[in-house]
Amino acid sequence: MKKENEAFRIFFTGVGGQGTLLATRLVGEAALEAGVPVLMSEIHGMAQRGGVVESSVVMGRAVSPTIADGEADIVVAFEPLEAVRALPKCNPKTVVITSISPILPFAVTVGQRVYPDLEALYGMIEPKVASLIRVDAEGLAKSLGAERSSNVVMIGVLAGLGILPASKSCFEQALRIIIPERLLEPNLRALGAGYEFGSERS
Amino acid sequence: MHELLIEQTQRPQLLLGNEAIVRGALESGVGFVAAYPGTPSSEIVDRFAQLGGEAGIYVEYSVNEKVSMEVSAAAAICGVRSLCAMKHVGLNVAADAFMTLSYVGVKAGMVIVVADDPFLHSSQNEQDTRYYAKLSGIPMLEPATPQEAYRMVIEAFRISEKFRTPCLLRTTTRVNHCRGPVEIGTIPPARGFSGEFKKDPFNLVTLPAVGRKLRLALLDRTQRLREESEGSPLNFVSGTGDLGIITSGVSHLHVLDAVRSMGLEDKVKILKLGFTHPQPKALITEFLAGVAKALVVEEVEPFIEEAAKVCAQESKLSVEIAGKGKGLVPQAFELDSVKVKKAIGNFFGIAYEPPNVIDAPDLPQRPPNLCPGCPHRATYYAVKKVFGEEAIYPTDIGCYTLGILPPLNAADFLICMGSGVSTAGGFSKVQDRPVVPFIGDSTFFHAGVPGLINAVSNGHKILLVILDNGTTAMTGHQPHPGVELTEKGRIEPKVSLERLVRGCGVTLVETINPLQVKKSQQVIRDFKNKINEAGVGVIISKSPCPLFENRMTKKKKKIVFRTDESKSCAECKKCITELGCPAFFVESSDGVEHVFIDESLCMGCSVCSQICDSISPKRI
Repeated sequence: MKKENEAFRIFFTGVGGQGTLLATRLVGEAALEAGVPVLMSEIHGMAQRGGVVESSVVMGRAVSPTIADGEADIVVAFEPLEAVRALPKCNPKTVVITSISPILPFAVTVGQRVYPDLEALYGMIEPKVASLIRVDAEGLAKSLGAERSSNVVMIGVLAGLGILPASKSCFEQALRIIIPERLLEPNLRALGAGYEFGSERS
Repeated sequence: MHELLIEQTQRPQLLLGNEAIVRGALESGVGFVAAYPGTPSSEIVDRFAQLGGEAGIYVEYSVNEKVSMEVSAAAAICGVRSLCAMKHVGLNVAADAFMTLSYVGVKAGMVIVVADDPFLHSSQNEQDTRYYAKLSGIPMLEPATPQEAYRMVIEAFRISEKFRTPCLLRTTTRVNHCRGPVEIGTIPPARGFSGEFKKDPFNLVTLPAVGRKLRLALLDRTQRLREESEGSPLNFVSGTGDLGIITSGVSHLHVLDAVRSMGLEDKVKILKLGFTHPQPKALITEFLAGVAKALVVEEVEPFIEEAAKVCAQESKLSVEIAGKGKGLVPQAFELDSVKVKKAIGNFFGIAYEPPNVIDAPDLPQRPPNLCPGCPHRATYYAVKKVFGEEAIYPTDIGCYTLGILPPLNAADFLICMGSGVSTAGGFSKVQDRPVVPFIGDSTFFHAGVPGLINAVSNGHKILLVILDNGTTAMTGHQPHPGVELTEKGRIEPKVSLERLVRGCGVTLVETINPLQVKKSQQVIRDFKNKINEAGVGVIISKSPCPLFENRMTKKKKKIVFRTDESKSCAECKKCITELGCPAFFVESSDGVEHVFIDESLCMGCSVCSQICDSISPKRI
């Protein structure tokens, strides 16, 4: 089956301020650029006061803009704890991409709860899904002089996996549409580095 | 040029549902827009506010939803196309206007956008606005996607103008905050917003005699609207088969996914309704007559299901109709494709194995919290220091509702906008504990004033605390009548809160700066003693939302605070157990716990340094 005729459901999760919604939009624009039907869903408001930010992109033949439990094809987590919290969205065929940089919840920073060991977190995900891809998005972004673009690195990885029916140039064009000219260059680098990382793991 | 004003493009634009509504209204020649913000509808008026000047449109942030509807109605009566937008509970506030505006009608098109919030993502209840259409006799359209929202707002203006009635565009969160491709058209040349009022009191002044005449006209109009609905392309049938599904809004998308993934394309026929009031009874009846069984898939209440059952009864059809009625489609919260597949499987007797849901383990939560440097935290801290757990704290709707969380625990009762001050008065009459209601500045202007006047005139005993952060923070920093900070600098507020409070008859009033911890406590203590005699006291706790202040003044922070690392926090940690600013974190070395302040989060408000000697400022 041609990729365009398949259904893709991508669930994004992160913490307020990580650029989750911008990253979601990037994937949407890339799909549009590729001529693939797309719908994205976001939750605004209360969720942004330091809480979890979730969004979803469905493309191809999937038209329901929300992703039911067990129905995500791909989960992109901008924070490892949130990758685990998104487990109910996963099934044994789901590909999970997670950033490896924790953002500590308040209950943890003040010592009321413990942030689980990262390896333990990955261990909760790995046996239950098709694959878990860990990305040092922050490190990669920093090494490129694009500190604020770790969200774009993550999208680069998603693009590089070659699962979605949108080429690298579609994602680059999407960046040009969304990102102001003066910030474009570092973001293109971030996307490229993520893309390379992703294509090595595809 | 604002991105929503661009010329027609070949490539579809990726628009938020709310942006698609704005674009559709622009293409319909809207000249007058008014709204009070409310999630998930806020971006509609926000985008209009951004582009209004450029597009030659009058745009206002009204003081509440009722006012927004009334000013918009007046514009439409004068021949200026108008739009007002609100969240579902906003329509409760505007309901008085809504129910009789349906009698009086309009001259130019008027669209009322009402955004429902199934699952209560950002709301206090999950109500189904569609019953308001039925209650009022106002026509209603229900889109499923941004593309449909765009198309339907254009259609809503057409229907409104043709039938001289406001038209309701009912959305849900998954339409408002869904982003999707929209094929846009052209915006007509700006025609401004000047209209003309023609006196016609015996049609426009709803005396009982006039109302009686208009009531009959309304019923007649409803019949004509039903004919319009019968022939509307917004209601359509797709697929073939003898199993029927009737659906509307975003549920249609869940149905399409479910039917495709269950391989039922040649077994299921779908009636998708977009013009959902008045309902196309003949179309529904014809559909029911052509299927063996019919499942109604819709979110929240059984609005279409009830109509379908009425249609079947009136035409003596014995077709089995189910939905909420048989418990197949959940009545509470949002639907999704799995819930719909289960309902389809159960009702049509088709095998379906839902996915095995993997449970997430118990993880540290990330509840939303008041931001670092939020002045509300300081106010709650000061009030709790004086009143402790003894007082009852009715609260209201805004960021400050988060005062419910520990360690502040400063919220005891809430039903709706403005309920804090009114319910406080009731509490004070039937029990003896002190009553200290909280209300935000924008909420006070919106719905708090009548409650305060009521408290004064009926001798209630309350200490009202107005949390004045100078903006409508929760929904994205929209202006209100008391705004002082603007992008162009500080202005005199158009309506002074303190003068307004005094004008309500309150004599015991004082404005405090909650970031001055000891002074604030002193005033609160003083008021605690005085309200026994005065009855009503009002403290205006005034300090700008730091996010808003930064946006308006572009001021960079100059100081942050730090803790003295030589002192142990092991025995105290009151900064965490009583204040709980998210900038605090705890680290242990050699088994001794110490509180630190994350400099990147600290806003430099200084409140913590006033409650702990070990905290001091640091220049950056």
